Amino acid sequence: MKGFLSLIDNLGKAVLRNVEEAGKILLLFFSVLSWAVRPPLKFKNIMKQMEFVGVKSIFVVVLTGTFTGMVMALQGYHGFRMFSAESLVGSTVALGMTRELGPVLTSLMVTARAGSAMAAELGSMRVTEQIDALYVMAANPIQHLIVPRIIAGIAMVPILTVVSDFVGIAGGYFVGVHVLQINEGLFLKNITKLVTLNDIYNGLVKAACFGLILSLVGCYKGFNTRGGAEGVGRATTEAVVLASISILVADYFLTAIMF
Amino acid sequence: MQDMIQLKDIHKSFGAQKVLDGLDLNIEDGQTTVIIGRSGGGKSVLLKHIIGLIRPDSGQVVVDGEDITKLNDKQLNEVRKKFGMLFQEGALFDSMTVGENVSFPLVEHTKMTDEEIRQVVAERLKAVGLTGVEGKMPSELSGGMRKRVALARAIALHPQIVLFDEPTTGLDPVLTEAINQLIIDTQRNLNLTCIVISHDIESIFRVGHKIALLYGGKIIEYGTPEEIRASKNPVLVQFLSGSTEGPIQIM
Repeated sequence: MKGFLSLIDNLGKAVLRNVEEAGKILLLFFSVLSWAVRPPLKFKNIMKQMEFVGVKSIFVVVLTGTFTGMVMALQGYHGFRMFSAESLVGSTVALGMTRELGPVLTSLMVTARAGSAMAAELGSMRVTEQIDALYVMAANPIQHLIVPRIIAGIAMVPILTVVSDFVGIAGGYFVGVHVLQINEGLFLKNITKLVTLNDIYNGLVKAACFGLILSLVGCYKGFNTRGGAEGVGRATTEAVVLASISILVADYFLTAIMF
Repeated sequence: MQDMIQLKDIHKSFGAQKVLDGLDLNIEDGQTTVIIGRSGGGKSVLLKHIIGLIRPDSGQVVVDGEDITKLNDKQLNEVRKKFGMLFQEGALFDSMTVGENVSFPLVEHTKMTDEEIRQVVAERLKAVGLTGVEGKMPSELSGGMRKRVALARAIALHPQIVLFDEPTTGLDPVLTEAINQLIIDTQRNLNLTCIVISHDIESIFRVGHKIALLYGGKIIEYGTPEEIRASKNPVLVQFLSGSTEGPIQIM
């Protein structure tokens, strides 16, 4: 009985902790919103973050996107061949990339690359008192540090998703047409016939939401780091785990609403 | 002498741990007050109360006639412009160059042109004994230089009050003396009110016009260096002699 009660107790505490954390992230989001519309916007910081989140992530995004498209073509081909519908491989790859894999894979890669770096950078700024120094100099850390990162996240993840969609479809085309010898005309025609602009748009809306999630979580974890180098490490890991899970959960609900 | 800062009956706890317990302290205008006390005894917490980074559970912090515990963030920011603070490790922004670090408060709070800012930055760096380091990154500097740059940043806006959080900890004796001299010169030249937290007994007597001992969450001794040297307070005597025997318990 005692063991059962302590189980309930621990469960309750875990739920409370998570609800509290979700509330704090939401509060941070509201204060980011209020600082984002208050001039002066820190353009230099925003550009710097856009470069870091966007430009410097292109390589990994291109790599993951290309291979995902290629492997989808390969897998799809074996399935569709069973009922002689190989020409649908192209549209399958294109729909899969634009609706789902483009935004999700891109944001997971950006989480691993940039979301973790946001948590680590803000975390070490916290433990070396650089964030306190901002307060002391009458400058708001949310305005200086967090708003630029979140704007960069929201703006750059959709752009990277466009890149990922494109190279994914190109990878699928290469494998489908040149390796598996699917008829090029049918391959392309089915893509243009079955993929609508809405598939792409909705994928990009998802990507923007994921960009918000990964930057918000990364900044929240970094900003609230406690306890030296170990704390920075913990914040970074927690940021990646929480952001990845949140992206996948949000993906389900966004898909349910939009498609 | 007029009081620039008055701390009245400050109480502050973190969880079950009581850090400040009815602390009273007056900081005189245009003087250097050194706060001493054991490690983890709440000195940094006290400093953070003075600049409004931490709010007390109860009590008043009066800066230049204004109780800052009642202010909102915007009003607090106005008060903070009167302050400069030198953090323990300098707290320079490591993504910015030395020049950008020192110019940060100027860019934020003044309407100076780039050229004017460049001049002021060079002037402040010269005041702390550095020239031609504007383009360097903080990671390229030694510990002593970082502290100098941090001091240049702290005095960039011509503050009335400068807070020093253990300015000489971790420095060799020569650098320690250099930083002490820098504090003394800066205080005198700019007529600043300085508050210094220190463990270094020699530095305390060198830079302080007034010395305050924080123990058990209260200021239990306060006076000029001569008065402090002559004090018979057993805690103070033990602290100054560095003895393990006495009222200060070692865990």
